[in-house]
Amino acid sequence: MMNFDYVRPASVADAIAAASEKGASYLASGTNLLDLMKGGVSRPSRLVDVTRLPGLDRIERLADGSLRIGALVRNADLAHDAEFARNYPAVAEALLSGASAQLRNAATVGGNLMQRTRCAYFYDAGSACNRRWPGAGCDALKGENRLHAVLGWSEGCIATHPSDFCVPLVGLDAIVEIEGKGGRRELPLEALHRLPGETPERETALERGDLIVALRLPTEAKGFARHARYIKVRERTSYAFAVVSAAASLRIEDGRIRDARLALGGVAAKPWRAREAEQVLAGAAPDAAVYREAARAALSGAKPSGDNAFKIELAQRIVVRALTLAARGTPDRIPALPGSPFSSVAGA
Amino acid sequence: MNLPLSLTINGVRREITLDDPRVTLLDLLRERLDLTGTKKGCDRGQCGACTILVDGRRINSCLALAVSHDGAEITTIEGVGCGGELHPVQAAFIAHDGFQCGFCTPGQIMSGIGMIGEGQAGDDPERVRECMSGNLCRCGAYQGITEAVLEAQSNMTATKQRRSA
Repeated sequence: MMNFDYVRPASVADAIAAASEKGASYLASGTNLLDLMKGGVSRPSRLVDVTRLPGLDRIERLADGSLRIGALVRNADLAHDAEFARNYPAVAEALLSGASAQLRNAATVGGNLMQRTRCAYFYDAGSACNRRWPGAGCDALKGENRLHAVLGWSEGCIATHPSDFCVPLVGLDAIVEIEGKGGRRELPLEALHRLPGETPERETALERGDLIVALRLPTEAKGFARHARYIKVRERTSYAFAVVSAAASLRIEDGRIRDARLALGGVAAKPWRAREAEQVLAGAAPDAAVYREAARAALSGAKPSGDNAFKIELAQRIVVRALTLAARGTPDRIPALPGSPFSSVAGA
Repeated sequence: MNLPLSLTINGVRREITLDDPRVTLLDLLRERLDLTGTKKGCDRGQCGACTILVDGRRINSCLALAVSHDGAEITTIEGVGCGGELHPVQAAFIAHDGFQCGFCTPGQIMSGIGMIGEGQAGDDPERVRECMSGNLCRCGAYQGITEAVLEAQSNMTATKQRRSA
């Protein structure tokens, strides 16, 4: 690990000033950043520790029915907040399907949004990677790429975004609150992560010094609580990143789907909102044929980036599974194996 | 760069000065404070051998910078027993053969203690396995580990009820 200066600012303004220098990086819990630094992938010259910044660790219910989650709220605390899990069950399920209990105890909401891809070639400092080194090329294109992207990729980068948490959030129109040199601004979560295109090294819409201070769920997000699931296929039952995942949130009234939100994980460089599929579902009766049509629509633009054509079929099946289970109704309690299609509990 | 920090480790307050900000809690415990019960397995947050409690919560000490935890209260495997007596989770690991080579055991036990404190698993073995999935055991003693955690949890709950009765 390269050495660095360590600073612990007392205010958001001081943090932004300290992080606006070239080579500086924010440090929250560090569960991803320290791993990257140990591997020589991230080499910040200064760490700006934001973990003591006041007021960023609160979950606030706002007067208009929306929810504001401070960037320093820990993943485990959010997932186990009873009211949060009741109102946004697919988000809680996604959180609990990610990482391990130890990591969820440490990892923060803001850090989850800012985590980097787990592409093995990005992680291996000896491999060519356009994200790490613009113009270097991409060793994943001709390498072990069965887990790589099938949507929105470019010849420059075929990496996927690893977050589970972001998948249901992007379907629920979550908003990111950012403080920066120019003051406070907001961004839809959907616009935070960028597709690689010609500039895979630009992973997010954030500018130098920008600090995510909170995440907001709009009032309508609660309306999907009765029919919401996150389903995730992994290469082992627990403690693994998604091969493919889907978050389905439905509002069903009088036997019809009034509103549908669908997003996929593990398929692209960002959490992938499937609006074409949502349009197929809106107004339809909830049945298997319409789920299959929605799944086809969700993956209509997909193409393999390597040895991963199976993910296109798998993603469609996971979409159908997530929609089927969401329509059946949110379980009273998050299943023993959150997000898993292999729970021993029937119907989970 | 001298970085002063104060930690309470197994109930004892320690004033420490670090000469390097890169020191993790794991390396601080093992290399500088001679508390080698906490193990370094992968050093990358994938195996759980380095699990400790920080302010009562289990975390991977390999992915925690010591300097960022100034003021924290830390419990390691050395601090869970009482006098000559084993912690109920330690005793249950012996009773149920929850280990073979023993390398992952301190992390497993700290994780089990943390898990019981979180109170999310109840007495469902599937939930216990899921809640313990951050601790790998290359000997494959998972059956015994799950039984040990379940039994310890039930004993600790019974003791607590007796105390409050």
